[in-house]
Amino acid sequence: MDVLVCIKRVPAPGSKIILTDDELMINTKNLGFAISPHEECAVEEAVQIKETHGGETTVLTLGADVSIEQLRGALAMGIDNAVLLETDGQDWEPIPTANAILKSIADQKENGRIFDAYLFGNESADSGGYQVGVRIAHALDIPCVTGIKSIELADGKAIAKREAIGGGWEIYEVDLPAVFTVKEGINLPRYPSLPGRMRAKKKPIETSTPEVVGGGLEKVRLKSPVEQGSDVEILGHGTEAAEKVAELIREMGLFS
Amino acid sequence: MILAILDHHHGAIQSASLEMLTAARGLAETLGIELEAVAIGEGAEACVETAVSYGASTVHLIEHDQLDRYAPEAWARSVAQLSEDSSPEAILGVGTERGNEVMAHLAAVMDAPLAANCMEITPGDETYFVTRVRWGGSLLEEANLSGDPKLLTVAAHVLSAAPADSPPAANTSIFSPELDEKAFRVRVKELVKPETDKVSLTDAKIIIGGGRGVGSSEGFEPLEELAALTGGAIGCSRAVTNHGWRPHADQIGQTGGRVAPDLYIACGISGAIQHMAGCKGSKVILAINTDPDASILGKANYAVIGDLHEVIPAISEALRNS
Repeated sequence: MDVLVCIKRVPAPGSKIILTDDELMINTKNLGFAISPHEECAVEEAVQIKETHGGETTVLTLGADVSIEQLRGALAMGIDNAVLLETDGQDWEPIPTANAILKSIADQKENGRIFDAYLFGNESADSGGYQVGVRIAHALDIPCVTGIKSIELADGKAIAKREAIGGGWEIYEVDLPAVFTVKEGINLPRYPSLPGRMRAKKKPIETSTPEVVGGGLEKVRLKSPVEQGSDVEILGHGTEAAEKVAELIREMGLFS
Repeated sequence: MILAILDHHHGAIQSASLEMLTAARGLAETLGIELEAVAIGEGAEACVETAVSYGASTVHLIEHDQLDRYAPEAWARSVAQLSEDSSPEAILGVGTERGNEVMAHLAAVMDAPLAANCMEITPGDETYFVTRVRWGGSLLEEANLSGDPKLLTVAAHVLSAAPADSPPAANTSIFSPELDEKAFRVRVKELVKPETDKVSLTDAKIIIGGGRGVGSSEGFEPLEELAALTGGAIGCSRAVTNHGWRPHADQIGQTGGRVAPDLYIACGISGAIQHMAGCKGSKVILAINTDPDASILGKANYAVIGDLHEVIPAISEALRNS
């Protein structure tokens, strides 16, 4: 079972986002970086698939050379190969991103690397375009199940679960190869071991420089939302406020 | 014509769909063209009345014997076929999991760009100028969207919904798409009901959310008690799931669930923007926090300064005594 997992380097979740002066990028000077949370879970899932079914795993990212940090992080978790589609660090729109990944998939196929499953995050933490995985599935003419919280693979098929509206689960069964977009909660990503990190340091990074192909969603600028500071009413301190809270709950018709 | 794809749950139209319809109507009015809506899947016909009251002059109902269950690609191909006949100026979806998924398929089928989670849409000559939500709402992007038709989804729980002042006469139209087996290669095979009869986060009118300040798995017991008393649900922040105190299904925020209850009681939650992204749709937010400077107080309607481990049991007690 050979798996490709596509990840993105993003500022560590919880970071305060400050913009550059030209308002086109995030000011990264004082930020820590991480693999986008859904995708970190996708990496863990890929490693677990390999541990259960054998095969080879490959991690891919599109970004500046500093993204090697996240590729090495994935290698340290147990991924076998790493592919960097190196850019100058600008934001890439969804369509050129999908096209660059497709080109890499085709190149890897020529080198004998053919995948049974393609894992993505449900959406990237930073740009949240919700579409790269789906576009790749269409281009490869294979199924795509989004937002999965569990996956089981057997006999060329996959059974994937995702949360249903209003609770419970939607169960999907698809033929492989297929694209899956993963949601946080599918697993708890492992912390890389020290030997894992040492091994990761020595692994080669397969680097190429993709061209921008396609577009249509042209960024003009980024802006921080206006903080809608609410006028908070302090109901009181400690347990003395409990009666007022109970009154609020009753007034709102939430207790009868 | 502007075409709006409704998101509904067995015919119950979602509030995010109403927000999207309101935005779509505004766009149609700006352009001086009609707003039409499309509903797919089991219970679709139940959406007609609401869609009309929000200004849809025609509601298209997609009929196909395999479209009772959700199948994102088949839904998208149905809309693509429908729009071949009617050539809409723009197609709007809802910024929910399903809405974004169907629109991503539609964008791939049409080989056109898609702007997900827009909160402002200004039509121009060639392109639309859109403001879209990034980082779960902590950052906005202004962008020019090309394409014919323009494809976009409207961010959920950002805009307010309002019915049309003078709704058109109801007009429904049945559309039968031609779909091959391949369009159904991804289709809900089975629906598993929730294991317990607990109230889901999406349905709960009151949600008691716990953060790092709850301190432990056991620390949630008084929160559970208050939730049981009020018929509410428990939610939590990412810090809590990272500690393993609650299952990920309870997580509210950018990488968890998005909720919109009448009352959200945030207990020991600092108010990080990633958490607020998941709960800002709440009508009323009450924060219980020991820190009077916690950032959540700037985002709450009401606050109690105090230790949740004392305040929550006291609230339950006060409710029981009433």
